[in-house]
Amino acid sequence: MPRIQLTINGETVTHWVADNRSLLDFLREDLGLTGSKHGCDVGDCGACTVILNDRPRLACISLAALCDGTDVQTIEGLGRHDKLHPVQATIHRHVGAQCGYCTPGIAMRLAALLKANPTPDDAAIRSALGANICRCTGYTKILAAAAEIVDEWTARDTPPDGSLA
Amino acid sequence: MKEIRPHLGPSDTHATAQAEGGVVGRGGDGKIDGMAKITGAAIFTDDIRLPRMAHAKLVRSTHPHAKLLTIDTRRALAMPGVLAVMTGEDLPTPHGAIPVARDETALAVRRVRYIGEPIACVAATSEAIAREAAAVVRVVYEPIEAILTIEDALDPDLPPIHDTGRRPSNVLRRVHQHHGDVDAGFAAADLIVEELYAYPGSTHVPLETHAAVAQPLPEGRLKLWTSTQNPHYVHKTVAHVLGLPEADVRLIKPDVGAGYGGKCDTFATELCTSWLAQKLDRPVKLAFEREEVFYAHRGRHPTRMWVKMGMKKDGTITAIDFKAVANGGAYASYGVVTAFYLGVFLSMPYQIENFRFTTMRLYTNLPPCGPKRGHGALQPRFAVEAHIDRMATELGLDPVEVRRAQMVEPNSTTPNGLQITSVGLNECIEEALMGSGYAAKRGRLPPGRGIGFATSAYMCGALNGVYPDALPHSGVQIQIDRSGRVTIFSGTADIGQGSNHMLATLVSERLGITPHLCRVVEGDTDLCPVDLGSYSSRVTFMAGNAAIEAADKLRARIAESVSTALDTSVASLRFRNGHIGDGSRSMEWIEAIRLAEAATGTLGSSGSYRPPEADKRFRRNPIGPSPAYSFTATVAEVQVDTESGIVVIDQVWCAHDLGRVLHPQIAEGQIEGCVYMGVGEALLEEQTYEHGQMQCPSILEYRIPTVYDTPAIHALLVESHDPGGPFGAKEVGEGPQLSVVPAIANAIFDAVGVRLNHPPFTPDRVLRALQGRPPAEAKPMPEFQSRRGSS
Repeated sequence: MPRIQLTINGETVTHWVADNRSLLDFLREDLGLTGSKHGCDVGDCGACTVILNDRPRLACISLAALCDGTDVQTIEGLGRHDKLHPVQATIHRHVGAQCGYCTPGIAMRLAALLKANPTPDDAAIRSALGANICRCTGYTKILAAAAEIVDEWTARDTPPDGSLA
Repeated sequence: MKEIRPHLGPSDTHATAQAEGGVVGRGGDGKIDGMAKITGAAIFTDDIRLPRMAHAKLVRSTHPHAKLLTIDTRRALAMPGVLAVMTGEDLPTPHGAIPVARDETALAVRRVRYIGEPIACVAATSEAIAREAAAVVRVVYEPIEAILTIEDALDPDLPPIHDTGRRPSNVLRRVHQHHGDVDAGFAAADLIVEELYAYPGSTHVPLETHAAVAQPLPEGRLKLWTSTQNPHYVHKTVAHVLGLPEADVRLIKPDVGAGYGGKCDTFATELCTSWLAQKLDRPVKLAFEREEVFYAHRGRHPTRMWVKMGMKKDGTITAIDFKAVANGGAYASYGVVTAFYLGVFLSMPYQIENFRFTTMRLYTNLPPCGPKRGHGALQPRFAVEAHIDRMATELGLDPVEVRRAQMVEPNSTTPNGLQITSVGLNECIEEALMGSGYAAKRGRLPPGRGIGFATSAYMCGALNGVYPDALPHSGVQIQIDRSGRVTIFSGTADIGQGSNHMLATLVSERLGITPHLCRVVEGDTDLCPVDLGSYSSRVTFMAGNAAIEAADKLRARIAESVSTALDTSVASLRFRNGHIGDGSRSMEWIEAIRLAEAATGTLGSSGSYRPPEADKRFRRNPIGPSPAYSFTATVAEVQVDTESGIVVIDQVWCAHDLGRVLHPQIAEGQIEGCVYMGVGEALLEEQTYEHGQMQCPSILEYRIPTVYDTPAIHALLVESHDPGGPFGAKEVGEGPQLSVVPAIANAIFDAVGVRLNHPPFTPDRVLRALQGRPPAEAKPMPEFQSRRGSS
């Protein structure tokens, strides 16, 4: 059973994990970070998306044992009510979360995209969201929220300080 | 001439009430429970963990139809960490969604009826151990001939899947109604066209799988958290099957990762965890894996339909003769209701005097179908809307004008006794045509591009509950705390559609405060008055009226105290922006409620809603027609590649008469979700089986639209101020889906001149149609052949 040390939402975590422990079960069962969701457990739906070393990653098909030394960000580390990430604030205002089950994965997906490219065009936004299934919204309000952020940041020529957690 | 009689709705309604509180229709500020969802803090059932909690896994049938000879659990029980193995004999009490068709058990008893049916349930100290142990439960089957098709189910020589009841048969329910004089209608027609249609089976795929956690309480009672749309019915069923008094079961619906109809029934999750928790005296969790959700199913009934319609040269529909047969799978679920809904909304939204229908819902050895968004009304709407388009085109008429000339009128009664109240269909048509630029596009787009149109109507809840009784369908209690916070207690189930925010909107509107000062306690049977559940698009109409009644009782008490303090009349007082006043003098909310509590005691109230009596023809029907109807007009614009057969939907304009907009973004979201689900059913989603085995039990194989497959969706809100609705509101959660698929079919015709009668419109079906070949899976209607002709 390997011992891993990694950074999760800015905190260093050291833990023994079974060889076959998925990153998703490690987060949910071992650390109690239940914001990342089981939707399919085979990488089809995107509900478990986290940010690993600045890139979106499907936690359900990632092995925790292979995440030693990485930097992992989950929805719990993205922003809270008094300091929401722009993706969270905008999706909330647009009511882009209906049942909310896909929402953590979608928020992490868009946050990773905007960190890599603060002003993605529509094709880039769709390309990112193509890995996440939302069954409630038809993606319409989520796309509108993403477009609003990009418009705002394009107008300002730069993302606001600290907004990219 | 048709009989016009006024709708007899609730005596005190708010349809025309001024929204003086400034809350109704405003929106723009997110849902009251949105913050939990956007931060990952929302607690869904699978997120719950309790001390000593055991984990359960199901053993599922590998045969579509078989006797269970032995279930050998010894190896499983011998595994370290395994606590118990439960089989069907442990909990054999039959249950079912509709009391007249209780044909299911928690786990199969002596016989399995579909591949994937639960047979045994293993409880262990970890999920991994439970999974391993479930894999070594040895089941010996004696196969029985499987009944898989409509033809098999109708063959009287084949044995019934359920051999109980007086006259065992694989026809669960047959409904026949005849209104007006259909034969005279056909005699008066200038054109009669008959056509066969087939609508595929599809499933809901809520992102959260079904899950339940049961906890035994020290008093011998039971606490059950479950991912359900219908806390009340599931509560009753669990108590009934477990043999517990209903008062001893507390059912809690945590946040639910959507349902779309798929979480209406009672499942093995609830029943097995409850039994195991009692037996083991420790909490037990059971969460379905994704594949299991496909077997639990309860989705759209694959339905074969035959439509014969008569039309005059001016487009007047003189008669419809309609038959539908639905392949319902192994258990009844809500299938009795499905058979009814397949016919009863046939004429809606048009004035059609002569129509008759025969519908059947069958048993087969497939996973059970049930209610999916637009339950039962959606398949015939596809057939009829495509049929009208076909006949209008054949007569050289504008398909839009043909519809517009015969819409149902407000305050009228249809030949089959549906009482129509508000109708905003004409405005919906205007909005959809204007938004899409339909007139300039129809028949004028470049080759391979087309635009199509369809309309529909849907119910706002049902006049009859599942259990016939005289009780309210919805209850709401309100408590106002000295802090100014307002708590709304309601047995409703917010599954993402926004019913919590709806309740907060209506209550805060009447009390003149912000919705964010409201807390909604819902879906907890120990704390909340009964609401029948999130089905039939009933919640806004019914729970909304109950909430207004409760709020108005408190409003009256507060107004009385404030009028005394301000020395003004109660009638002059307005509640708005956290203040109560008459224009010249006012008092802050917090001050007002303290004054009222001092004068009248603790501030609590209750309200309830029961719909008006159904027309006598419907009294004995399960669920029945509705207190009001929503209306929709949809325009779809598509591209069809004639080389590959690929259809791309560019844009959909969906204009929906929802009575009154309570919150624009939430309402638009419901329409967008309906269009999305319709797009999936139009192009991608279809359940197929080989020897009873579902061919697509994963999100990869069962193709649901990603962001790439989803068109630009324009949700257009139309208000008609229904006299019975809360501030005039009607439903918006299901109705918009009904006209989406036919609008797309009609657009494909406009694009390439072929009629496709069998969704989804896959490349092979499109190519076959373009090549003039019959559809590969074309099957005749039982007892009926397709025939075309005119008279």
